Amino acid sequence: MEGLARIICAHPLFAGVHEDFCTLVCSCARNVRFEAGQHLVREGDAADYLYLLREGRVALEMSVPGRGAITFQTLEGGDLVGVSWLIPPYRWTHDAKALERTRAIALDATCLRRKCEADHDLGYALMQRFVPILIERLQGARLQMLDIYGN
Amino acid sequence: MAIERVGVAASAGPAEVPWPTRVCRRRQEAPDVWTLDLEAPVGAAAAFAPGQFNMLTVFGVGEIPVSLSGDPSRSQSWVHTVRAVGPVSQALATAPVGTVLGARGPYGSDWPLSVGLGRDILLIAGGLGLAPLRPAIYALLAARAHYGRLALCYGARGPRDLLFRREFARWARGMQVQTTVDHAPAGWSGRVGVVTRLIERADFRPERSLALVCGPEVMMRFAVAALRAAGVDDDYIYLSLERNMKCALARCGRCQLGGTLVCRDGPVMCYGRVGHLLRVPEL
Repeated sequence: MEGLARIICAHPLFAGVHEDFCTLVCSCARNVRFEAGQHLVREGDAADYLYLLREGRVALEMSVPGRGAITFQTLEGGDLVGVSWLIPPYRWTHDAKALERTRAIALDATCLRRKCEADHDLGYALMQRFVPILIERLQGARLQMLDIYGN
Repeated sequence: MAIERVGVAASAGPAEVPWPTRVCRRRQEAPDVWTLDLEAPVGAAAAFAPGQFNMLTVFGVGEIPVSLSGDPSRSQSWVHTVRAVGPVSQALATAPVGTVLGARGPYGSDWPLSVGLGRDILLIAGGLGLAPLRPAIYALLAARAHYGRLALCYGARGPRDLLFRREFARWARGMQVQTTVDHAPAGWSGRVGVVTRLIERADFRPERSLALVCGPEVMMRFAVAALRAAGVDDDYIYLSLERNMKCALARCGRCQLGGTLVCRDGPVMCYGRVGHLLRVPEL
């Protein structure tokens, strides 16, 4: 297995998957690095890439008039930046900014969507990996919205 | 001038009537949270175990249960951390140094640190829930060699709401300390997200761990779910429960939780024993 495929297979998102799967995903992947303060994605832009974080810390932010950029979640090595690539209109709904030097694997979303369309087994396997993340983030958002540490 | 303590014998165990004590120190922990050092009774009556609570009285206002949040090895004062939310806690939080309060206790069960001997200890705290866990942290660090890995996962509302943060660096010399906040303004470089997400990054071995959890009950339910998913046994998960405690003497029944009374059988209780009760909305 090539280096990049090995890194993808070692990422928690793909823990336990067959190496052929990683090789397939690998053809859509490249190594990237972001310096502190640099944006990975910006709200409204096309969701062309998703990022498997290897190290560093990334803030997911939304701009609120009068309050500036509000961070609603931070992500770190082992996490995934980007679920907007899964559903139309494939646009980011928030910003993602590196808080420190961050290394990641960028996966070409168009490439990945095309592969999923052509190979539904791959698409199903990917969904099995992404849906738990969506649910976990939904539950987290609910707890944050409940403001449980308030009165 | 010392306050005369009428009718309280040093070895009589928890008092049933409040004895007068005085605020000897106060410091702000967060915008609405204060820590008060109170004069402790002399001798054995000052002893408390991590996780226990006192009933504190503001004369003319009322009485509420407040966990002890200080170092159990220091008996000169009883330390309590209070969030100003109601009339009594508001009066406590704003009580100046020298104010005479009433106190009785300590009451309730404690964190089972002896059960954790030789095990990894994972402490999960949310908001003010770090206060009842702080005595356990002091005790664990004082006996560091008797335990495996120690890890604290702590979540708060925002950066300003993180309690005891000036102690984190010292604690981190003996344990893994992870913090997160629910919301953060621009410029915050720490973690943002729910506290349960820290569990997957905590340095502990689930099959040989003891988990101590304290915070809002919703948070504890999600924390327990994450602990169980990680493989921690129900009998090694302990929660500090909060109910409407009034007498603290197992007489009034206000803090009933199924067949248990939180003031007598708790506040620290084993999830394996009470977990089913937490799923009953009426309780």
